[in-house]
Amino acid sequence: MSTSTLLETRDLGCIRNDRQLFERLNFALKAGEMLVVEGPNGCGKTSLLRILTGLRLADGGEILWRGEAIDRLAGDYYEQVNYVGHHDGSKHELSCLENLRLARAMGVPSELDLDDVLEQVNLYAYGESEVGSLSAGQKRRLALARLLATDSMLWILDEPFTSLDKASMEMFSILFEQHLQREGVIVITSHHDISLPTMAVQRLDLGKPS
Amino acid sequence: MSSRLSLGQAFVFLLRRDLLLAFRNRAEYAMPLLFFVLVITMFPLALGALPELLARIAPGIIWVAALLAAMLSLDSIFRSDFDDGSLEQILLSAHPVAILVLAKVSAHWLVTGLPLLMVAPLLAEMLGMSAEAQPTLLLTILIGTPILSLIGAIGVALTVGLRKGGIILSLLVLPLYVPVLIFASSAIDNAAMGFDVSAQIYMLLAFLLLSVSLSPWATAAALRMSAG
Repeated sequence: MSTSTLLETRDLGCIRNDRQLFERLNFALKAGEMLVVEGPNGCGKTSLLRILTGLRLADGGEILWRGEAIDRLAGDYYEQVNYVGHHDGSKHELSCLENLRLARAMGVPSELDLDDVLEQVNLYAYGESEVGSLSAGQKRRLALARLLATDSMLWILDEPFTSLDKASMEMFSILFEQHLQREGVIVITSHHDISLPTMAVQRLDLGKPS
Repeated sequence: MSSRLSLGQAFVFLLRRDLLLAFRNRAEYAMPLLFFVLVITMFPLALGALPELLARIAPGIIWVAALLAAMLSLDSIFRSDFDDGSLEQILLSAHPVAILVLAKVSAHWLVTGLPLLMVAPLLAEMLGMSAEAQPTLLLTILIGTPILSLIGAIGVALTVGLRKGGIILSLLVLPLYVPVLIFASSAIDNAAMGFDVSAQIYMLLAFLLLSVSLSPWATAAALRMSAG
């Protein structure tokens, strides 16, 4: 396994509503490592993740991808990032397949066939169904299927297990593990316990004063 | 590892996706067109049997109605994408956001601007507009409505994150629409009186070029602010 650092933050800070959520946040993730961001509600987990995607600007510090600042990399960074946030980001009027095709068009398509992707997340039978008619858990699985439909090194996942059942949670845990084995990087927040080999997992508690 | 789509393919893909969405939500997208037709239909009824007056104010009526119809439809460019999180996915795309914005605005014009162009001859006839003025009317609508969509997109991108952005949107966007209104209706007036209209048309074309080249970048920057 290579030991080069992929994602690194330097003195990252975030202010929201005149409140300092975190400051001087430093971490470095090597290929094949996962960062679990923990802390109580409102401690800045989602803000941190959105800052890492580049959707939100940091109020101090910088983020480096392979040693280069992400705001300079722009498109070259975004094609490495796959973000699943609170919103599923799927169009309810389109079918599952149409949504995944769009996700591919926006990023770098993976080599998997889309039918296989749907098969993996147990949505094969729903390929042509409108997303609006799916259950909350099925919509979540479709959002996570984007991770498989596109090729990206860095997965940023904000509460990915919301409204998933136990079996699906285990299935995605396995997918996360496979991604780490392929030398990918994952940043995740979750109130659910994730069962993963502890070696590759770093934990960051935003609730604790540093 | 496979590579990403070319920018042109991504553009066409997003354009097709927005047209498909518009087709599946056709009732919503028919509203602005219906509004346009209804407002213009009311004028002959309200003004009574004064055909000369009607023909005289027809350019103004049609263009004011077109402006308001465009205002009505603006919010739909980014609203649903913002609400369901697809906007985040577009912003995180590997492609330049400005070009993707241009795809979305083009789709918006095709479903809201182009229909106005198609019903305009009928409405012009109904208002008794002279035959000489009608080609100019169509030309101004053809050039003018894309400008409305492009400028409007900046306003929507700025206000989409606000809970009650509607009022601010109209205050932001309407003043920028005024030059289009002035030059378009002046062109039609001149054409009705048999004068040359090339000055106004060139002016409108200049506005169009300016907004095509600048508005997508401004819109993309505003979207980043709203999403952040």
